[in-house]
Parts: sequence; C-alpha cells; structure tokens
Amino acid sequence: MKRFNKSVYSIALAAVAISLTACSDNDNDPVEEIVEVEPVPVVSTYEVSVVNLTAGQPASPIAVALHGSDVALWSVGESSSDGLALLAESGDNTEFLANENLLVTASAEGPTPPGESVVVSISIEDNDMSAMTVASMLGNTNDAFTGFTGMDLSTLEVGDSVTHYTHAYDAGTEANTESAEDVPGPAAGGEGPSEGREAHDFVTLHPGVVTLEGGLSSSVLTNDQRFDNPVLKISVTRME
Amino acid sequence: MLNVKSKLTKLALGAAVMGVSGYSQAVDLEVSVQNLTQGIYFAPLLVTAHSPDQSLFELGEEASAEIQAMAEGGDISGLEAIADAISANTSANPNEGPLGPAESTTAMVYPDEGNTVLSIVGMIVPSNDGFIGLDNWTIPEEPGTYTLYLNGYDAGTEVNDEVRGSGMPGEPGLGVPPFLEDKVGFNATGVTSTLSNNYIHVHPGSLGDDDLEGGVSDLDNAVFRWLNPVAKVTIVVTE
Repeated sequence: MKRFNKSVYSIALAAVAISLTACSDNDNDPVEEIVEVEPVPVVSTYEVSVVNLTAGQPASPIAVALHGSDVALWSVGESSSDGLALLAESGDNTEFLANENLLVTASAEGPTPPGESVVVSISIEDNDMSAMTVASMLGNTNDAFTGFTGMDLSTLEVGDSVTHYTHAYDAGTEANTESAEDVPGPAAGGEGPSEGREAHDFVTLHPGVVTLEGGLSSSVLTNDQRFDNPVLKISVTRME
Repeated sequence: MLNVKSKLTKLALGAAVMGVSGYSQAVDLEVSVQNLTQGIYFAPLLVTAHSPDQSLFELGEEASAEIQAMAEGGDISGLEAIADAISANTSANPNEGPLGPAESTTAMVYPDEGNTVLSIVGMIVPSNDGFIGLDNWTIPEEPGTYTLYLNGYDAGTEVNDEVRGSGMPGEPGLGVPPFLEDKVGFNATGVTSTLSNNYIHVHPGSLGDDDLEGGVSDLDNAVFRWLNPVAKVTIVVTE
C-alpha cells in the first residue's frame, strides 16, 4: 500500500501543475514557461536470496527473470525450451535469459556450492505487477534443474518476503547416464550440452541420481552427489 | 478492506441462512491430479469427500485389507465400497485407467453436507505396496484454487523385494500390468527379504538395478526411481 499511495500522490501533483499552467493561458498573462512534470519512475527492487541445501550438488549461476504473469518458462509434461535445455544440461543460463518474453533479467556471477548462499538483486521500473522466475542447474547431473517459474509479485509489498523450498526437475532432454562425458559438474568434468533430445523430452520431477554404488554401471557419481527434495531455499524480498 | 468486509457479510448471511434452514452453502470441487514422475504410473485413483471422523488410512498405523488391496494390486473396489457405505461423495478411476508419467486427470466431486474432508489414494506402479495418498484434507469454505503435493507411501504390508510376482494382496512380488510387461525385468534375486516397518509410512523409494535379466531388482534404476513429491494436486473450490 505504501508504494501505491506514493504514486497516487505524484499523479495528484502532476495534475495540479497542469491545471495551473492551463489557468495562466486563459488569463492572457505574459507567457509563462510551461513546466512539464516528468513522472518519476517507480522502481521495484527484489532481493533473491538462495541457499544450496544439497549435500553435493553445485547450483549453476542463479538465473532470475521478471516477466508478465502469463509467462511460464517450463511446465511438467511439456517439452523444455532450447534455453532451458542448455541451462539444465550445462548450467549456461544466457540463452534461457535471452527469451524475448522477459522484461528484465539478472544472474549470479558464479555457481553456488553445496551449503553456500548467494544473493541476486533485480529491479524493474513502473511495474509492480510482474512475475518472477528463478532457475539453476544441479551441476553434477545430466539435466537436473531447480527453481520456480511465474511467482506472482503483485501482492508483494515493500518489506514483504516469500520463501520457496524448491524441487529438482528433470528437463527430459538428456538420458540420465551419469557418465563422465555427459555430466559437466566437478564430480565428472564432462561436456555439458548434448546435441538433441535423447530422453523422453518432457519436464518431470527428477528421480535423483542412482550413482555407481547405487547400481548404475555407467555412473561416475558417488554417494556424495545424491540429493533429495528440497534442493534450494529461495527467499524473495521486495526492497523498494 | 473491501474484501474482508464482503467476506464478513457473506459469513453473516451464511449464518443467517443456516439459522433458518440448517443448511450451509455447499462447495463443488474440481480435483486435478498430476503424476510428477518420469517413469512410474498411478493405478486407478480414488478421490473422495467424506466426513472428518472417518479416514481411509493413517500414517503410523496398520493398513486395512482394503488399503492393502489398493497398494499391492491397484484394486480400489474395497475402498470405494467403504466410501459408499459412509455416504462419501466419490470419483473412482477418473482417468479410466492408469495415469502415466507427467499426465493429469481431473475428478469432479460434489460433497454433501458434512463431507468436509478430501482423501485421495492410488497405487504406485510398479511397486510392491507403494501408493500416493492424501489423508483427510479439510475442504476450504473459501472459493479458490489450492495446490498440494503428495508423497509416496508404503502400506507396510509387503516386503519391497522388487521381484516380479503377484499383485494379489498377501502374495509377494510386483504385480506387473500388461502395459509394463516389456519394461520390468526378470530373474532378480530380491532387494530385501525383510519388512522393517509394517505400519503405513513414507516410501523409501525403489532401488532398482541396471540388469533387466538378473541382479537384485527387476526394476530399471534409470526409469522407476522417484523422489517425493510424486503428485501435484490442484483443487478448484467453487460455490
């Protein structure tokens, strides 16, 4: 409500200024300089605070985007976009954030190791009705990612905070081989993105990693990379 | 403030109507269940609104014979009969068959007065005695859209050996439906032979292996594992 009141107030000021100049025209007084009141942009800033809750999965640079409330950047049962596939297979979020439906974007500078935290800030002018998406890859997997998409920000007032505990999704674009060639994270050091769509090609929740000890002979992962839900704690706070 | 006021007015009106006729405004439910997993199926679901003093199952308690039949073989007929006997409002098998990975199904439920809680069950396939469950969720009086995530539970009635077998209650092994005939392996020696918790509990998940012609499990560990939650339930409440 604070923010809303302020903008009402500045609109009222602008109206007064306009009516004053209109009066002076009618009176045939010496021409006065018409003062145009430029609307002051109302900036909404959100702080996205992320804690990596996993035992051994580095979270790739946290991608944050603001967009219209009708945009969803993934959906269980639907095919991943190319940008999401690249993010989920390699951790590279540039194509994901280049989506033309996004109004503003931000990214953490580097990955967030297990147990570590990172804060990403994002601001938008004259729009406190947008929705937020946050996404990150679990680095020691084939194509696991996490986050949320389409969080409604219209009811978040200055000082308010909302916390999400996120699930691990499977992008469905790469078979879960867990092999040295296909897993880009430090536990494997393989190549990230694969050429096409080798798996079932729809987003689901992730079944977890099997690991070599767990009985997957192609796996280079160990018990150290196992994870369970939730994988990230993400708190969104509206700062202004 | 406007909203709050109009809600208060509604409540007051509702109370007045109740005072006169003894009947409160009923709500209708559109219940959508989505399978969030990448490889497992849900056998026919039972979605039922019933009175809060009844329940289909309780975590930490022994499964009834009807829950056992549902969890070991996907048979919901016993639970459906119980629901009918307690005057519940039920949608049985809304998908008219199994619900595959990432698929959704929608059940319409029209609760009678007094049927103020919602329960959902359906077998996790393939598993020895796994099921998804919602136990006595209080149906909100406020119209709106509500989202819930369900866990996989273990009925505690059968050893999780993960070996091809029977879906009949009390008989060991995985019941394998025809549509999974080619995806479930053979000749496994068994993941375990003991039942560590014979009460209803959170399912530890399947182990599986990568040898479909032997090994410890007949389940493929790259297909049939899961983490919780396994289902997303979206409930639209309307007046």
